[in-house]
Amino acid sequence: MGSHHDEYQVQPGKLFTKPFFILLFFVLVGVALIVYRFFAGVGAVTGLSDGYPWGIWIAYDVATGTAFACGGYALALLIYIMNRWKYHPLIRSAILTSVFGYCLAGFSVVVDLGRYWNAYGFFMPSRWQGNSVMFEVALCVMSYSTVLIIEFLPAVLYTLEHSKWKWVRESSHWLYVRMIPDADALHSGLTSVSKVAGHVQVRLDKVLIFFIVLGITLPSMHQSSLGSMMIIAGEKLSPLWQTGFLPLLFLMNCVFIGYSTVMFESILSSYSFKRAYEVHELSGIARIVPWIAGLWMAVRLGDLIWRNQIPNMFAFDKNSCFFLLEVALIGGSAFMMLAKKNRHSPRKLFLSGALLMLGGGLYRFNVYLIGFNPGEGWSYFPSVAEFMITAGIIAIEILGYLTLVKIFPVMPNPTKHYAEEGEELVEETVGQIAPGGVYAGK
Amino acid sequence: MRSQSRRDFLKLMGITGAACLASAAPLSASTGPAADSDTAIAMLYDATKCVGCKACMSACKRVNFDQNNLAYEQLESDKDKLWDAPLDLSGNTRTVIKLYKESDTRFSFVKHSCMHCTKPGCVSACPVKAMTKDPVTGVVAYDKNSCIGCRYCQVACPYNIPRFQWDRALPQIVKCDFCKHTNLKERGKPACGETCPAGAIAFGKRKDLLVEAHKRIKENPDSYIPKVYGEKEVGGGNHLYLAAFPFKKLGLPDLKEESPTEFSEHIQHTIYKGFIAPVALYGTLCAIALKNKKAQDKLGHTEDD
Repeated sequence: MGSHHDEYQVQPGKLFTKPFFILLFFVLVGVALIVYRFFAGVGAVTGLSDGYPWGIWIAYDVATGTAFACGGYALALLIYIMNRWKYHPLIRSAILTSVFGYCLAGFSVVVDLGRYWNAYGFFMPSRWQGNSVMFEVALCVMSYSTVLIIEFLPAVLYTLEHSKWKWVRESSHWLYVRMIPDADALHSGLTSVSKVAGHVQVRLDKVLIFFIVLGITLPSMHQSSLGSMMIIAGEKLSPLWQTGFLPLLFLMNCVFIGYSTVMFESILSSYSFKRAYEVHELSGIARIVPWIAGLWMAVRLGDLIWRNQIPNMFAFDKNSCFFLLEVALIGGSAFMMLAKKNRHSPRKLFLSGALLMLGGGLYRFNVYLIGFNPGEGWSYFPSVAEFMITAGIIAIEILGYLTLVKIFPVMPNPTKHYAEEGEELVEETVGQIAPGGVYAGK
Repeated sequence: MRSQSRRDFLKLMGITGAACLASAAPLSASTGPAADSDTAIAMLYDATKCVGCKACMSACKRVNFDQNNLAYEQLESDKDKLWDAPLDLSGNTRTVIKLYKESDTRFSFVKHSCMHCTKPGCVSACPVKAMTKDPVTGVVAYDKNSCIGCRYCQVACPYNIPRFQWDRALPQIVKCDFCKHTNLKERGKPACGETCPAGAIAFGKRKDLLVEAHKRIKENPDSYIPKVYGEKEVGGGNHLYLAAFPFKKLGLPDLKEESPTEFSEHIQHTIYKGFIAPVALYGTLCAIALKNKKAQDKLGHTEDD
């Protein structure tokens, strides 16, 4: 974002790799099933029922997926509000992850909606229902998806401005004989596209900060509302999760999940693209995580104790086991990050990031699905088709990420780091790509 | 440097907290009293009078068939498709009679349909006003023309009343609306109450029916559980029950008197009252971010460096 273009680089490499085609396979299976769903109804592809009207499409794709997509939000909070600019190089890849996470959460909802053709009602003030938590979430998520795309625009505009249009020119050569496009017109057309892109870029740069701040405000609103959403389920949600603190817990939860996603995603893409690990920046992020997770844990446990839920916490039934797993995953991985040594090991950073995402995600899953009990006689387990649709949507996210980082300048430029504020200057691996992507300095 | 980062950490905590502190703030004024209006209409189902003939079910489906695009649900053994035999409420069935059998001689029928809550969760949950509560009659009705099929109403209903047409490409939510657009409009009474040959379904003003229900308990204390179900559950509703067995055994959940709907609206309204908090948050964050950006640009981390 911003005008710091030399901070980022286009990831070199082929577009059509083996993972590309594996992911494409999952995408196609998912899309085929989605098409089938629109002809046969939601029931034909899901294990949903009137008792469990929401399944993994909501619990994972929306409630958990958007938290995994909070990297952009969490980093923006750190950079622009906390004034920690050394993390700026990480933000574009985080924003890109967020773009996919949010847009595809929206897409999942459309697949999930029974009467999707009426969704235009969200844009008709006469149908707005201010009491509805979902109304707030829906408008907020739609706005935030737009804001995310705007935040990503500088990377696109930069590419448009500096593109040599090789592929356009090449395909025009191929077309030349048959369709006779005017070579001069084409040239001037492409030049003006570049010019306009450059022009817009300058303008956008001036107002971008207002979108960035909007991109901090909106997730604060809808992430907390995602928690409020289940308050109305009342006694259907187990008292281990049903509390007036749901909005607060969801908000804090998405912040530490956001940071763990940044850790997870950065290490994973450094590994697979054989880049140097951004241990320097990540260790700084990892230092904050235990505090937010700890605060979350304090609110979570304090609330449970205050509501006399200790017997339920240790009842060792289904709910209690999932509760303990959730607490253990979050507590354990946050504890890992307390040790400075662990924060400088890419392996530990990756592990704790992954575990924290898992634990934080499990909390949301518990609230939306596992702790939800509509009464006797109802049960839910996702069907294969339902699961494959979610898998397809995740595949679109990864595929899109892999593709776009090779087209637009998204990845941090390893030769360009921010000067450090004199802190933790050990194990700088800038420019040294370890063989096989394995971190050398451990 | 360490103290610097600690201060920054506190700042982060403060801002993260500020974004949501409102949610933990004490609840402000309620959105409305749970007490029902004098004009509300209601249905009193007396399980001790019901003979289980299911005439109400067939009348209900006949009258509302087209409105919800309902279908008959035949048993597999019914090869001639002669009988409508739904096992439960569904996307094809707005009301159903069930049997609770304690022994061969002690049993009770029970009618399931919408409770028409005073503070309905479905109405509060619906993002597009497809579920509405009539301010005069108190009838909770569904409008398929604005419904988006998100099924949040199903999540929100403590009685699991709204049903979805899972097997349709163009599905609807199906629930009782006291025949608002059909029998009530044309004949002044829901079809079930009009049809019932046993007098198990009384229909009228809620306040009158409550008096009647308590009178029946008082006059025949041995025949009834001393409780009118629907009077106070989650803030009360316009479908009242009398029965000889504990209501939980009949499939009617034990619910607290507090309404989760009211609690949810409390929290949402506290956070979003007048949209002040979000705007204030945006303004504050803008000020901080602009200040930080200016300082950062001065340091020379712009594209010119």
